[in-house]
Amino acid sequence: MMILTDDQRMLQDTVRPFMAEEGAIKKELRHWRDTGCTDGYGTDLWKQFAELGLTGILIPEAQGGAGLGAVEAGLVLEEIGRNLTPSPFLTTSVAAVRALEGSAQAERWFPGILAGETVAALAIDEGRHHDPVGIAMQAKRQGNGFVLNGAKQFVVHGNSADVILVAARTAGSAGETEGLTLFAVEKGANGLDVDTPTLADSSKAARLAFDNVAVDADAVVGEVDGGWAPLSRALNAGRAGAASELVGVASGASDMTFEYLKQRKQFGKLIGEYQALQHRAAHLYGEIEIARATALKAAQLLDAGDPRAELMVSVAKAKAAKSAALAVQEGVQMHGGIGMTDEHDIGLYMKREIVLGELFGGPRYHTNRVAELSGY
Amino acid sequence: MADLETFRAETRAWLEANCPPEMRTPMRSEKDACWGGRHFQFQSPAQKQWLDVMASRGWTVPDWPKEYGGGGLSPAETKILKEEMTALGCRSPLTSFGISMLGPALLKYGTEEQKKHYLTQIARGEIRWCQGYSEPGAGSDLAGLQTKAEDKGDHYLVNGQKVWTSYADQADWIFCLVRTSSESKHGGISFLLFDMESPGVSTKPILLISGNSPFCETFFDDVKVPKDQLVGEENKGWDVAKYLLGHEREMISGMGLGGEKQALGATVGEVDPLLRAEIAAFDVDAIAFAAMSERFIDQLKAGEAHPAMPSMMKYAGTELNKRRYELIMAAGGSDALEWDSERSKGGKAARDWLRTKANSIEGGTSEIQLGIVAKHILRLPGA
Repeated sequence: MMILTDDQRMLQDTVRPFMAEEGAIKKELRHWRDTGCTDGYGTDLWKQFAELGLTGILIPEAQGGAGLGAVEAGLVLEEIGRNLTPSPFLTTSVAAVRALEGSAQAERWFPGILAGETVAALAIDEGRHHDPVGIAMQAKRQGNGFVLNGAKQFVVHGNSADVILVAARTAGSAGETEGLTLFAVEKGANGLDVDTPTLADSSKAARLAFDNVAVDADAVVGEVDGGWAPLSRALNAGRAGAASELVGVASGASDMTFEYLKQRKQFGKLIGEYQALQHRAAHLYGEIEIARATALKAAQLLDAGDPRAELMVSVAKAKAAKSAALAVQEGVQMHGGIGMTDEHDIGLYMKREIVLGELFGGPRYHTNRVAELSGY
Repeated sequence: MADLETFRAETRAWLEANCPPEMRTPMRSEKDACWGGRHFQFQSPAQKQWLDVMASRGWTVPDWPKEYGGGGLSPAETKILKEEMTALGCRSPLTSFGISMLGPALLKYGTEEQKKHYLTQIARGEIRWCQGYSEPGAGSDLAGLQTKAEDKGDHYLVNGQKVWTSYADQADWIFCLVRTSSESKHGGISFLLFDMESPGVSTKPILLISGNSPFCETFFDDVKVPKDQLVGEENKGWDVAKYLLGHEREMISGMGLGGEKQALGATVGEVDPLLRAEIAAFDVDAIAFAAMSERFIDQLKAGEAHPAMPSMMKYAGTELNKRRYELIMAAGGSDALEWDSERSKGGKAARDWLRTKANSIEGGTSEIQLGIVAKHILRLPGA
């Protein structure tokens, strides 16, 4: 059934006020942006996430986590999106945990993640567009381990991360899923150069240069040449999670906009009285509800281990990105001049959307993937 | 949960044993649907058999109470039945405005006698219903309707005209909005049921741009309607009408799902890269809409859906279906333009494409739906 269970509602009832208060735009996003924070997020808030049991939401109970699924993670991400809360939750607690689960590396990193002391990042993209199958970065065997050479970009939280999960090629060539290996590279590794541009939304995403970075054999997550499996788990979880966060971004932006339509007067009337705006607002509402349902469906299928999950995850990522793009574009337009100012929050939603829309593949990438998975 | 899995297994076994193979093939058009009614010509013995076995189990209306001919299934069981029917490719045993529109309104507003009488007939497919709503002067402004019903003591005398009455020429009975008072626009409307064979009722099919005539003009000239055929209170028919419209919109929104299980792009053959991109974007929206439909139905059954949600669904589903047929025409190229050849199955593509243009008009236009969402969900001022 596509309605939330009582337990899921309880989680939502806990997280919603928590994020609205502790993760509020003024308290977190604006604060860290305006004080030039190098992490781009608050470590105190990350600790609070841990105290609420959120950092280990997907970690199995046997390993000290909450043992919950993509649906629950999605509920948290929707609130993160609604408040534009800067946080390593999506990369660390969702994508990285799914990559690490069941591997020897899980024992190494899960305790720190549970405690809110460890942050993990994923190094996948090598060009300006997401293309995980096209990964070409080389990892060559050397002695008892491997040596990595190449470059990665759009590594969200790459500068703050204690561990970076790096997908590189140990066999085969770009375009093949076989022959990829996932490595857990620790912060400060010799030969690793980290350049950290700030993105449009004030988040930090590193460009990494690997110059003969040596890692031990036990840095391998899962199997050598079999990195596609943990990488796929991370991507599915990350994409579904990003879809939920985008739904939150869209909801936050549209709620703010619908409220503005009820307050702003021009020509002696509330602008929400004009049918030209009413119909656009109603259309936007529908697109967001559809995106919300799609993100929920993708998460449910992932949790059920259903083979249709792959397709639905791409549908969700594409749909959520498009709906959220519509929400922020209509949001700024309907706010008029005030929407163009830094003082107003609506523009922050626009900046967050464009980054999140691109993360783990933009809407065009996922639309094409839907076509390929559907056999055309 | 274990009970539901047992129910699923039993349902699958029963369907496999009872659904004739012919009824497990996709419908080719609206004409393949079983509409039931006094004059319905079954296309095959299998079609009749399928209706009979499903009706005897109450599964033409699985979630209606058993005493009214339903199956008495819970929302979860109803969903499982639908899923299993889809999995086996079973056709709907009965397509009927009685099921999708009138039934829910009677369940809410009908008297016990009315429910027992009409609902059981609907469940068994004995009476085919049509809808008397729109009038020449009352389209989007439906409450402006003028068809008059005068109180004549033991009966109403109905005079006036309806338009866009779907299949009025094939229907047995009509559920009809009439004006019983001119004192108030919305507060002077009543909801009547009557036999289309009553003296004074006549119909005239309307030829549409598709070359087909699914709609009629319907005329009432001194039609006598017994008073026990009034649903709800006199002059309070607008409540019944609006409630029924919600169900009509819910039904029409199903068009957004299309009939195919596959993505559109997998069905249209080779296309150029630009069209492939458009079709892929459509498929994203179509699969997303299917997820929304599933959630909407679950919310409805759980009593968690906003009363105006059918308007959002109707708008989204019909706009999507129009886009689907635009793309089918684009993919079909000049083949799809043929109107009468055997090769084109009598112009099926072009006629179906034209038919979809009514989707965003019938049951309330897209603009009306957006207005309802703006007013009742977003609570925008003056909407």
